[in-house]
Amino acid sequence: MYIGVDLGSRTVKMAVWDGKRLVDYKIVESGFEPHRQAEKMIAGLKATTVVATGYGRHLASEYFADHVITEIKAHGLGVYHQFPGCTTIVDVGGQDSKVIALNARGKVSNFQMNDKCAAGTGRFLEIMAGSLAYSLDEFGQAALLADQEVQINSMCTVFAESEVISMKNRGAPRDHIARAVHSSVVDRLSGMLARLGYGEEIAFSGGVARNPCIVHMLQKKLPEARLVVPELPDIIGALGAALHGAEI
Amino acid sequence: MTFEIKPYPELWQSLDMDVERFDKARLMLGEAYEKTYLSQQNRPGAMAYFDNMIAEIHGGRIKELMAAKAEGRPVIGTFCVYIPEEIVLAAGGICVGLCGGSQGSVPDAEKTLPRNICPMVKSAFGFKAGRICPYFQAVDFVYGETTCDAKKKTWEILDKMVPTYVMEIPQCKNPRDIALWNEEVKAFKAKVEEVAGKTISESDLAWAIKTMNNKRRALQRLNSLRHHKPCPISGKDGLLIEQIAFYDEPIRFTEKVNELCDELEGRIKVGEAVPTKNATRVMIAGTPMALPNWKIHNLVEGAGAVIVNEESCIGTRYFKDLIDESVSTMNEMLAALTDRYKEIDCSCFTPNNERLNQVVKEFRDSQAHGVINYSLQFCHTYNIEEIRIREACEKEGIPYMFIESDYSPEDIGQLQTRIEAFLEQIRD
Ligand code: SF4
Ligand code: SF4
Repeated sequence: MYIGVDLGSRTVKMAVWDGKRLVDYKIVESGFEPHRQAEKMIAGLKATTVVATGYGRHLASEYFADHVITEIKAHGLGVYHQFPGCTTIVDVGGQDSKVIALNARGKVSNFQMNDKCAAGTGRFLEIMAGSLAYSLDEFGQAALLADQEVQINSMCTVFAESEVISMKNRGAPRDHIARAVHSSVVDRLSGMLARLGYGEEIAFSGGVARNPCIVHMLQKKLPEARLVVPELPDIIGALGAALHGAEI
Repeated sequence: MTFEIKPYPELWQSLDMDVERFDKARLMLGEAYEKTYLSQQNRPGAMAYFDNMIAEIHGGRIKELMAAKAEGRPVIGTFCVYIPEEIVLAAGGICVGLCGGSQGSVPDAEKTLPRNICPMVKSAFGFKAGRICPYFQAVDFVYGETTCDAKKKTWEILDKMVPTYVMEIPQCKNPRDIALWNEEVKAFKAKVEEVAGKTISESDLAWAIKTMNNKRRALQRLNSLRHHKPCPISGKDGLLIEQIAFYDEPIRFTEKVNELCDELEGRIKVGEAVPTKNATRVMIAGTPMALPNWKIHNLVEGAGAVIVNEESCIGTRYFKDLIDESVSTMNEMLAALTDRYKEIDCSCFTPNNERLNQVVKEFRDSQAHGVINYSLQFCHTYNIEEIRIREACEKEGIPYMFIESDYSPEDIGQLQTRIEAFLEQIRD
């Protein structure tokens, strides 16, 4: 049994790989001490190796993990396993977004991450949903169904939020603003993809891949590529970590 | 062993410094140094001298500067490797690099300067504005240059606090630009002579050229030892010495670097390595890392790799070229000097194709596995030149990553992930 844990900023994910199949997985909130959450998740499981990835990976290795890999490598491994032949990954998590290029052997050949600010991340969507009084699920749905959008100019989370507030106060419909917020994230992601270059197939991993509006808009922006979303986009990193455990 | 940067409150008082605040900064720097440097395993014994140069950075060396001033020798502050130190040395003066590498003085600068300019300029300016740098307090004047916009416009503001002269460095390297440059070198010489109250003789300048060449040779020697596989010294220590080169007494410094090199040669003979025999080797290219900016080195070496070369002004751009020692008349020497300085391949010049080849050359020479191109935030010329450096590396199949950062700690987590992923990419 090989366990991968992905200690992210918002959630901790665990995947259990038995050498052939994914036999179990879990997702919990990170809480204040993500490594304790992770420890609880794997308690009682018999593992040959535990590999940690994500922001809390080094802390995890102080406490329980046998090995550490970065989330870049972990997503590479996870996607290569699910979509062999796919050479481009977009991963949008809680606090960052990245695009990763893989070579034909599935190894990372290049990558880019968003800079310091939160624009284009799950956190950005969450803050914007909050200021429009949507739950996260409703937010993506509403944006998808909206028939129009207004224009958000600001990429910075703080400025975008004040822009959203002034739009609200000018009476712009909520779903139009929601759509605009999604649009700005998609612009950011497609910009990163254009910079790095992408293949025919692009895998979309991370929690934000469950947002139907982002997926739809991103696919529309990239007509020459096929966007594929794994069944469990949140756990691709954890799966990659578990697969790494089986490799070594 | 507990490390301490030695306090000299009376000396600081006499230099009109903010003593209380500076003393806190001293403690913080001491702590950072202990954590970054003294925790390293298997350091060469000859690093003790450089540790002491840090311990005495705010006292011992300042006393030497003050003693020189008492003898009427000028102390001149500079910010760029285009200012010819030889001339200062020939006049019996001392040249100190005042570039700032600390987040601590940035808020002082931001009271006056715009926030969105280079942190190196802000840090340096803040040291003067906050009266928290004894070097800045000790200099007779500052000699700036017209390399980048951030610097050349800051000189106008800095001049209100400390006399600031400006050398016009051209933006291109055509014959008429070189002619102008040569004129500027002559004007610099006149200014230094005026302050020193001394005319520089041909033998003074010949001696200074030799002295500086020897210093550069010592740094070249150290650099080529760092290129050895396995590497006998950490990149952090290598960078530290390159940083100390900007304020230490050149003859003593040269001796100490050579002593260290002797020790490293001994290490190479027995195959001693830092940190381990097959550590991933990284080369840095880009903007200078001024004291105490050890951010990238800390992260890269913290992840188990070793930095083997800095293609930077605090690095090879400072010492890769020597001045022709075979000429002896004043005019010939000044021309030879201008000639050498024009070899420096800073991104402020256009075109700057030499630098592309230089990066690739240093990558090969240093037997590195990958290049991290580092640019300070808001440094337009290095940020834009990044595109061409990336293309050059891609063309050569060199693993490459670009980092744009400032001195603040907020992006450390993300940089750590990026650097580790880059190392994984190289190893896989
Ligand atoms: S980067 Fe350019 S401007 Fe800055 S110190 Fe070096 S040569 Fe001077
Ligand atoms: S790093 Fe760039 S912006 Fe900063 S002082 Fe040097 S050339 Fe100017």
